[in-house]
Amino acid sequence: MKRGPDYVTHAVLILGVLLFALPVWLILAGATQDSDAIARGELSLLPDPSGLGIYARVLFAGAPGSQPVWHMLLVSTGMALAIAVGKIVISVLSAYAVVFFRFPFRQLAFWAIFITLMLPVEVRIIPTYAVMAGFGLINTFTGLWLPLIASATATLLFRQVFTAIPDELVEAARMDGAGPLRFLRDIALPVSAANVAALFVILFVYGWNQYLWPLLVATDPRLDTIVIGIVKLIGVENQTDWGAVMATATLALVPPVIVVLLMQRWFVAGLTEGEK
Amino acid sequence: MATLELQGLRKSFGETEVLRRIDLTLADGEMLVIVGASGCGKSTLLRLVAGLESPTEGRILLDGTDVAARDPAERDIAMVFQNYALYPHMTVFDNMAYGLRIRGLSRDAIRQRVDEAAGLLGLGELLQRKPRQLSGGQRQRVAMGRAIVREPKLFLFDEPLSNLDAKLRVQMRAEIRRLQRRLGVTSLYVTHDQVEAMTLGDRLLVLHNGHPAQLATPIEVFEQPADTYVAGFIGAPAMNFLDATLTESGRAARLAVGPVLRFPDGPRPGPEGRRLTIGIRPEHLALAAQGLPLAVELVEPLGSESLIHGHLQGGVPLVVKHPGHAPGGETVQVALLPEHMHVFDHETGRRLPPIGAETGAPRLVAAGSDQ
Repeated sequence: MKRGPDYVTHAVLILGVLLFALPVWLILAGATQDSDAIARGELSLLPDPSGLGIYARVLFAGAPGSQPVWHMLLVSTGMALAIAVGKIVISVLSAYAVVFFRFPFRQLAFWAIFITLMLPVEVRIIPTYAVMAGFGLINTFTGLWLPLIASATATLLFRQVFTAIPDELVEAARMDGAGPLRFLRDIALPVSAANVAALFVILFVYGWNQYLWPLLVATDPRLDTIVIGIVKLIGVENQTDWGAVMATATLALVPPVIVVLLMQRWFVAGLTEGEK
Repeated sequence: MATLELQGLRKSFGETEVLRRIDLTLADGEMLVIVGASGCGKSTLLRLVAGLESPTEGRILLDGTDVAARDPAERDIAMVFQNYALYPHMTVFDNMAYGLRIRGLSRDAIRQRVDEAAGLLGLGELLQRKPRQLSGGQRQRVAMGRAIVREPKLFLFDEPLSNLDAKLRVQMRAEIRRLQRRLGVTSLYVTHDQVEAMTLGDRLLVLHNGHPAQLATPIEVFEQPADTYVAGFIGAPAMNFLDATLTESGRAARLAVGPVLRFPDGPRPGPEGRRLTIGIRPEHLALAAQGLPLAVELVEPLGSESLIHGHLQGGVPLVVKHPGHAPGGETVQVALLPEHMHVFDHETGRRLPPIGAETGAPRLVAAGSDQ
């Protein structure tokens, strides 16, 4: 069934790629250009090679009045990692309990988790703030990620993953003498490695994009995440250094892209290795 | 190597009674096959012994010690699962070694045992492969290997061959039997396949709706089935059943389709006209010049023999196994050979032995109580 190249398909795909890549290219190129020109709307699609220094400048020195970008990237990365790892640890353990153990109020526990899915973060942001304040965690790094690590969605997802593990596998492990924790470590987790990888990517990006909570809980500029940093850069219209904003925004893309690329390889390996 | 004894084992899930009183003793090194249709409780029985379910009532004695309250891992029992249940992310070696590692065996001891089992099963080349890189038969062997390396007191097999294709099944069947004999490990083997049951077991336990219908050697089960269920279950194609009544003071049966057959092995108890079920296996029916007319519906040529499906007058279905090719024609004449017929009570389905015969004596009392 070998035919000639499928021009229509390729045209549609190229169009799609352009549609996604163009805005990114625009800020990539725009960052190198003169801020005033950008403010006037005279944005060229060609980068100005003489302006490439802006990337190094925002990365190490930062725009006037803000943290250097490397520091904000560090805070963001730390926060996103803590949120992703925390969410995975908590949801794996709670899903494991719900699926593999019989205990009183098991269904109630499950539904309680399920119902929190319906509550958007904003609804509980004031009480959460009060609790964090009570713990003295305002303006601390721990305060940035701690309240965000419970996840109903991830718990549900792992519940599905664990439910799909064949009963016989569980029983074989019991006959082999594996206790609950050993089973989790040696069998349940490795078998669901692909799901963990996929979820890690999603949760990392979720953590990376957090805006409202970091804005509330941390007023100390040293705890500025990159998302907050970008917003802070946009000041009054005619004073905004658009070149710096665009350079920062470009740099803000790098860590999530790295995570996606790294995990993608893992993720595909996990998919092809899993038997079922 | 051990003896296994089940005493009054019962299991119910809620209201549903799955196993009703199983008493069973396995001698050291014996292989007992539990056979029955799906849902008869055979897997439940195996899982009770394994410790994956706990019995509602009764005792499980392994080497004289009651293990019913123990965890599966503490029972020193190994199980081969229907879907093999190999750990998909581990190599063949790790699959076999996992249980030993948990038990805290030394690295060298583990390697030695796994290598030994791998040699026994012809898995030496495959130790570094993952299960998905193995064929069905090889996975089956790994599952066996995982059981063997444990050097358990008891092997449990839960329909281990049902996922294999027919040819491989025959091959693995013989292999399991050879291995079990060689290792001399007491074994329980669950299957719904009667050929497996007949060839593998030292003894057979036929389960029917949670009841032990018969416990005997395969040949005894085949030649003297305890009731119509066992008779119909063991043997392929299944035994033919014909309605009949007792006549000639218990010395013969009058078939509903006509002829009177004299019992060659002695009279049966009961009044004249007692309702009976006569069982005759298809291979014990012969085409004859004179006999019962059978309207042929379907002929299945098997090469060396033919199966003739048809019905007698009154729509009674009958299957005849005829050596060689079946003759053409819409009607054939069938002769019944009385020396091979089985006599059952119609109401209870129990085997009705001749008066004075020993087999099935306690049941005879129950069956005869309606006289």
